[in-house]
Parts: sequence; structure tokens; C-alpha cells
Amino acid sequence: MAEYKLTTPLTDDDIIKLKAGDMVYLSGVVYTARDAAHMRMIKALDEGKELPFDIKGQVIYYVGPSPARPGRPIGSAGPTTAYRMNPFAPRLIALGQKGMIGKGKMSDEVKQACMKYKACYFASIGGAAAVVGSAVKEAEIIAYPELGPEAVRRLVVEDMPLFVCYDSYGNDLYEMAKKEWAGKFTTTA
Amino acid sequence: MAQVRDVGVKDVEEAIYKLALDAAYHIPEDVLEAEKKAYEREKSPVAKKVLETIFKNIEVSAQGEFPLCQDTGLAVIFLEVGQDVHFTDGYLVDAINRGVERAYKDGYLRKSTCHPLTRENYGNNLPAIVHTFVVPGDKVKIIFDAKGGGSESMSKVQMMKPADGRDGIVKTVVDWVIQAGPNPCPPVIVGVGIGGDFERAAVMAKHATLRKVGEPSPDPVLADMEREIYEKVNNSGVGPAGLGGLTTCLGVHIEMEPCHIATLPLGINIACHVNRHKEIVL
Repeated sequence: MAEYKLTTPLTDDDIIKLKAGDMVYLSGVVYTARDAAHMRMIKALDEGKELPFDIKGQVIYYVGPSPARPGRPIGSAGPTTAYRMNPFAPRLIALGQKGMIGKGKMSDEVKQACMKYKACYFASIGGAAAVVGSAVKEAEIIAYPELGPEAVRRLVVEDMPLFVCYDSYGNDLYEMAKKEWAGKFTTTA
Repeated sequence: MAQVRDVGVKDVEEAIYKLALDAAYHIPEDVLEAEKKAYEREKSPVAKKVLETIFKNIEVSAQGEFPLCQDTGLAVIFLEVGQDVHFTDGYLVDAINRGVERAYKDGYLRKSTCHPLTRENYGNNLPAIVHTFVVPGDKVKIIFDAKGGGSESMSKVQMMKPADGRDGIVKTVVDWVIQAGPNPCPPVIVGVGIGGDFERAAVMAKHATLRKVGEPSPDPVLADMEREIYEKVNNSGVGPAGLGGLTTCLGVHIEMEPCHIATLPLGINIACHVNRHKEIVL
């Protein structure tokens, strides 16, 4: 298990050195989007329109933050469950998206897209929302403000701790970790 | 004849307001205690790191600026109303909703209710989901449960066959919680409702998540099932945040009621590792 400091936008070279189980401290711009924003982005693509941001090399954080208090850029901001973005992620990866941040399993199609187009799915700790939110440096709504917590935001983060969950080689951290610890509760605890 | 006791709905509104804010920023003591015990027992270095992050999150949140989770939940309220209570000065459910709306606004909590089909966000986190039970006496007990969508989505009701019995139930719950894996934010609390009917199984399952974590059922048969499920789920290897380890669930709580001779309803409701709930008696 290696540790890397990376800054967005990510390149193929960044992605191919990452293996499931590695830790990444991510800095730079990440974009937020969840179900409703993804539906709109896919609709935009279907209609031949532009996405609200240039997707190449970017990382999308699946999050719907709580409201910012005065003087703060954002409220709490932990990951939402990623499988709901299964229908959308492969298409965006094919367009150059390099990473997703979320929690929970995604589909085999997402894994295949990560392998084919060199991308990674990063797992964040579900529920560590106050820790992440208090570490966000800047936040700005750049699209779909009427979606409220689901609007697309441009965040600037510094050293956001992430686990490489699906790498570009088809490995799956959740499966690896489960296998390693299965059966050990009764024998060691 | 018992004296009727007047309770102003304004008092209910204030109670809901305070409980909602408290639940969003302060983890229940028993949940934290269970997590600390799990930390001592945990052998996986990654799991320990995840639990340390969870502890740090609890500390940051308690300072009152950032709620425990960005998903501050639907407002689910279990209301036990003494039958000698008379609510005055307005409609009870309106007062509950006012308390919820004010708390979610003043507390900078996320508004998470939307139209099921258009997905338009209502912007006020209303309506609250209110389960009312009439009980003896003249008190009003309010349990406020801020239920997040991630763990709620990993819940289900299954109409089992009577022949599935005890072991069928244990297997169904164990398999379900393990396949949910990282999605409901483990370590989780597993609530199970057995019997009743279709909707009672679900209500019992959710109510069971609110029991003091790890306290066994007073029914020895259920306590034994709880122990078996607890062990099997923690043997799965899923671990905190699904990143591997010995701590997948903190507790398994089962409630049971009689059912129809043709049915065996089973409800499974999962609470995440913050399991936000607070209660008060008026």
C-alpha cells in the first residue's frame, strides 16, 4: 500500500501508478455532482450541448453538502453512495473524467470503463462529513443552482484523504479487504 | 376517571426543534461507547484509521459548526402519546413540522425531501414522518430519528415463508447486511422486525435501531438470534467504511410481534455509524 499526493487535473500517468488499497491525498479542484446533476449532464450530452465544466482530467465528488454557515465555503461534505451514479459514470469516463469520489460499490461497467479509459474510483469514508467539510478551501456553485444541495459545485480541496478503490487494472479494494478479514472476528476478537 | 392533561403543541414544536439540532451535531453516547469498544478490539490497521477518522468527525461536529453528516436525514419521529393527553393550541402534526423546518433552517442542516418523480427539492425538509402510538398515562414521549438516505436505501421488507423459520431469518438478515457492504456506512446498527404484518415489520425494524446499542432483547430466543447475526456479520470482513476489518456492525436489535398463520413478515432497517436519535418525555 503506497501513499501519493496528487493534484487535479489528473493524467494517465497519475492513474496508472495507483493500485487499489493505495492512499491518495488529493488537492486542487474537484467538481460535485450527484443523481440530479448527473441526469442533467447526460441530458445535455444527449442534446449535443456542453457540460457545465471541461470534464477532461477531472474528478467528480459524489456529494450533496449541508448549507454553508456565514464565513464558511461549505457545510459538512461526506460522500454519498456511488452506485446511483452507475448509469452515468462510464459515459463521462469515456469523455475524459479521471476519477470519482464516493462510498460503496459501483458496477462492473464502471470498473471496465476505469480499465479501458484509465480512471479510478476513490473511496472516501462515509459519514466523515464534518472532517471533509471543514477542510474544503473554496466552494462555488457553477451549474444548476435550483438543485440546492445537488447543484454542481467547484470545490478547492487540500490533501483530501482517499482510498484507491477501483484502479485501472480491474482491482477492487472492497473485495480485497473483505477477503482479507473474513472469518477473523471469531478467531481473533 | 383519569384527569386529562393539556399539552400545548408549542411545547412539542420546541422539543422537536431542540432534538433535531442535538441529533445533527452530537452523537448518542451509547453509539460512541460501542465504537470505542470496537476500536479496542479491532485488528485491521485500516479499520483503526477509519474509526479514528470517525472519532475526529464526532469531535469536529460537537463544536457546532459542521453537522455529523451532510445528509442530515429525513425527520422520523416516534411519538408515544399517553391516552390522557389533550393537545391544545393547534394541530400536533403542524407543530412537529414547524419544529423540523426551523431546526433545519437555523442549524444549517441539509434539506433532503423531494418530489419522488420530478426530484424537485422542497427546500424545507418537510414533511416529517410521524409514527404515533397511543399508550397508557398522561405523558408524551418523543423520539427524533434523523434518518439518512444511504442506510435507509439498504433496508427492506421481505415476506418470508413460515417454514423459513428462525434460521431462514438469520440467514436472510446476515446475507442482506453483508451484501449491503460499504453502502450504509458501516459499522452499522441492524434493526430487525419479525412478524406483525407488512408495515409493522418495517416500523419495528426501524424502532429497533433506536435501542441502546448492543443491549440484548429481553426475549432469550431473540437475544440468541441477535448474537448469531452479530457474529456472522462481523465475520464477513466488510469492516468500517467497507475497507476491511472486524467491525461491520455494532449491534443487532430484533423486535417481534404475532403474525398471521400464513405469513412471516421480516423487516430489516440499517442505521449508519452515527445513528442520530434523541428523545425527551413531556
